Amino acid sequence: MEKLVITSWLLILLAFSLSACDGYNWNNPYSAADAEKNILYNVFTERPKHLDPVQSYSSNEIQFTAQIYEPPLQYHYLERPFVLIPATAKEIPVVKYFDNEGNQLPDDALATDIAHSVYEISIKPGILFQSHPAFASHAQGDWLYHDLNEQELASVFKLSDFPQTGTRELLAEDYVYQIKRLAHPRLHSPIYGLMADYIVGLSDYAKVLKQADQNQSGGRTYFDLRDYRLEGVQIVDRYTYRIKITGKYPQFIYWLAMPFFAPIPWEADRFYSQKGLIQKNITLDWYPVGTGPYMLTENDPNLRMVLEKNPNFHDEFYPTEGMPGDAENSLLIDSGKKLPFIDKIIFTREKESIPRWNKFLQGYYDATGIGSDSFDQAVQLVGQGEATVTEAMAEQGIRLETTVAVSTYYMGFNMLDPVVGGSNANERESARKLRQAISIAVDYEEFISIFANGRGMPAQSPISPGIAGYREGKEGINPVVYEWLNDQPQRKSIQVAKALLAEAGYPNGIDQRTGAPLILYFDVTARSSEDRSKLDWMRKQFQKLNIQLVVRSTDYNRFQDKIRKGNAQIFEWGWNADYPDAENFLFLLYGPQSKVRNSGENAANYDNTEYNQLLEQMKNMDDGPQRQLIIDRMVEVLRHDAPWLWGYHPKDYGLYHAWYQNIKPNRISNNNLKYLKIDAALRAQKRREWNEPVLWPIALLLVVLAISLFPAVAAFRRHESSTAVRSASS
Amino acid sequence: MLGYIIRRILYAIPILIGVNLITFALFFVVNTPDDMARMQLGIKYVTPEAIEKWKIERGYDKPLLFNQEAEKLGKLTDTIFFEKSVSMFVFDFGRADDGRDIALEIKSRMLPSLAIALPVFVLGLIVYITIALLMVFFRATYIDFWGVVFCVALMSISSLFYIIAGQFLVSKLWHWVPISGYGSGLDAAKFLLLPILIGVIGSVGSSTRWYRTIFLEEMNKEYVRTARAKGLSERIVLFKHVLRNAMIPILTGAVVVVPLLFLGSLLVESFFGIPGLGSYTIDAINSQDFAIVRAMVFLGSVLYIMGLILTDISYTLVDPRIRLT
Repeated sequence: MEKLVITSWLLILLAFSLSACDGYNWNNPYSAADAEKNILYNVFTERPKHLDPVQSYSSNEIQFTAQIYEPPLQYHYLERPFVLIPATAKEIPVVKYFDNEGNQLPDDALATDIAHSVYEISIKPGILFQSHPAFASHAQGDWLYHDLNEQELASVFKLSDFPQTGTRELLAEDYVYQIKRLAHPRLHSPIYGLMADYIVGLSDYAKVLKQADQNQSGGRTYFDLRDYRLEGVQIVDRYTYRIKITGKYPQFIYWLAMPFFAPIPWEADRFYSQKGLIQKNITLDWYPVGTGPYMLTENDPNLRMVLEKNPNFHDEFYPTEGMPGDAENSLLIDSGKKLPFIDKIIFTREKESIPRWNKFLQGYYDATGIGSDSFDQAVQLVGQGEATVTEAMAEQGIRLETTVAVSTYYMGFNMLDPVVGGSNANERESARKLRQAISIAVDYEEFISIFANGRGMPAQSPISPGIAGYREGKEGINPVVYEWLNDQPQRKSIQVAKALLAEAGYPNGIDQRTGAPLILYFDVTARSSEDRSKLDWMRKQFQKLNIQLVVRSTDYNRFQDKIRKGNAQIFEWGWNADYPDAENFLFLLYGPQSKVRNSGENAANYDNTEYNQLLEQMKNMDDGPQRQLIIDRMVEVLRHDAPWLWGYHPKDYGLYHAWYQNIKPNRISNNNLKYLKIDAALRAQKRREWNEPVLWPIALLLVVLAISLFPAVAAFRRHESSTAVRSASS
Repeated sequence: MLGYIIRRILYAIPILIGVNLITFALFFVVNTPDDMARMQLGIKYVTPEAIEKWKIERGYDKPLLFNQEAEKLGKLTDTIFFEKSVSMFVFDFGRADDGRDIALEIKSRMLPSLAIALPVFVLGLIVYITIALLMVFFRATYIDFWGVVFCVALMSISSLFYIIAGQFLVSKLWHWVPISGYGSGLDAAKFLLLPILIGVIGSVGSSTRWYRTIFLEEMNKEYVRTARAKGLSERIVLFKHVLRNAMIPILTGAVVVVPLLFLGSLLVESFFGIPGLGSYTIDAINSQDFAIVRAMVFLGSVLYIMGLILTDISYTLVDPRIRLT
């Protein structure tokens, strides 16, 4: 055993020495051969659950699928507010409206007259899928791997074990196939429920497929969706398809920029449906097949995911136009150049923030977010509170990019609660004033400063900046909470809040009717020590009004359960926009979306008739001054009713090394990796400079060991040479 | 001995059923099948129909332990507990909630776990026993005194500190090895050095003291006095006689953990980015994946029982007086 251990250690040391001999940094976690290659090193913290575009939705999944799959549309990389441009589509589809008799209506037809909207999408010819065994065929045209037997499967453990691959041209039927998959009985598309309300016949189609699935003989896992017709989706010709929508739904076009509407070739579905492959975890959910700039070549979600440039990727070029300032920020240097720039992207799973941060500082990750524990080390505020990197970061050439996320974190009031919501007209009026008073008292400027290191902006309404419908400056402030002073919003004084509280029937926090102090309940899923500080802070905010805030902390499951059943009184929640339209925020307070009544997304269960009508009107309108007026009125209603404390919109802070170029961060478009560029030579040089091994501790360790061994050896010798019984003379 | 082993294996069955039942009860006290469905389906746009569909597909639409609507034996067998438990006894762990085969995952993650746990175990055993023997050799001297003080100090430090300090010094300041990561083949060596070193150092305090106590107890026995009286050197007494006679308590502590080495270390794997079974279990708990949690607990129980049987067998090897009947 001892020999085995010594041999193992010698082997380890040998490997270690060999890697050190080639002048390569000892602490480099990557292969020496990759040192100067055009590779982007990225991180993922949570393993993706799904890579099938019909199922994947969360950001940790879309960061992969958006590079591999191509929906017909995409967002312009540089322009803001966000603009849709064609991806595989020839052009942005122009929607046509029809009445009940099938007559085409003019573009400005009233929404109530529109029975159906039709989107006709033409894709560019000549686009090829990535090479994949699902397309491999014999010379005679038979599929090579569509009916694998046990013998063939025996040597297959991963997708790359298939020696042959093939490709084929992207067709309209691939998009239609994917839309049909939204209703597949064995798949769980998160948007199926939503799309079933709009895509004509999708709901019935799901029932047909379910029946067909139950009738499948012999436990077959594949059934060809091409055999089942979906009324609302139609192939017009080889490159064109139509989607028929019930009524008018202008936001539908944004969904066409999401991977849910990316193409899936039937061959892939057929190939991956083989039981032998499923048993080996080789499924469409784990091995995507797309036409995008990258393809997944290594898929170990426990350790590393690798995207490599798709050699079949069609011609696409870096944008030639951007926003003012983009040219100055070197964002237009690569205008007109063919995409993508980076050959390979290695995503390493890094669950803990400390190793992630340190590896970034050593140059082994090209970019990182900033955790609260490393914020002071990375960022300093200068001038008018402008954030910039610290000197130490600047010396390393690290730069900071910030952007306001299209998200909102809010504190909601359960409007079904008798105290904060009210159950009759008088109570509702009283509760409204109570909510307004709390809105003034809870100082989100302070919250952002203390708990988010300044990374956020107080929200004036649910709508996030950067979204059409958002208003900036004086006309954008919430007049219930803020005044416009010295060209900036100023939170109203606590006296105003106290006056509102008294009007609500709680002068100085005492219930006029009962004489008891007002106690409110805050439901949270707090766990960490930082959470406890936040809750203490929140209690103090309510204490300003002499309101006692009782925190009811629970686990996430119970919390969700309370929200669903309407048992929470005050709660915290957040929302990331699906698409850059005000409707995607404002629908969160739409009455029929009530969480309690209809399991919708309106967690506050807010229900205002005027607001509901305005939303129904607004969501069917195209962007323009008329729509803006309605949005303004809706926001006004919301501010008056204050069903939420509007909270704040988080700011994303990202640190990037000098060799990382063309960065314009945003959270709406996810297929951005094709635009990014790396100066691999500079990175290799910096890594060498920053990571030279420090050898003096080894010498010190040996010296300390020798010094400490010396008395031990001396004592040992003395001990060994001593006699059991000392002589009488000594 | 064969009869003894068969009897022990049979004893294991009710233990495993009990473990399974407790895991089941604890898991479903915290999570309901609806919670699990919501966790898998995401937060946005989740409809009650989608939740129901998810539950039916995975067999979570049935009663937990007792099905009143079923007939006869079906009252017990047509339940989530029965259906999810029976297959475990033939080591069919089924699929995780994300659709991946659990047995395949365990197989692929076992090696990274072992790559750290086995060297830590073997090296640790050698280092701790050696230091403990040295302290016993120098008992009642300043070396022993300061050794014990040092051990107590090391015991008082959290294992997380060793990890963070180790990463800071060895990887960040001195640039000797990568901070985290994992590779295959010889490439794995550079990633494993630091976690192994930390794994060994992290237990020096407690383990050395434990072995020192065992050896000191042996030192006071009569055979040691006899050995000394024969004129044997202290070195021979310690390494030949005391060590051999202390094997029973050493094996009691050591052999039982051998099978558990497969399960990996939760903290070390998480901080060093090792894709082992420890991090697999943590991920499953976080994502409320009952299929993985019960598989890992079941596997842990089986391995622990195996460890106990192996320990008994090992006694017969080091002490010929012991017979397993």
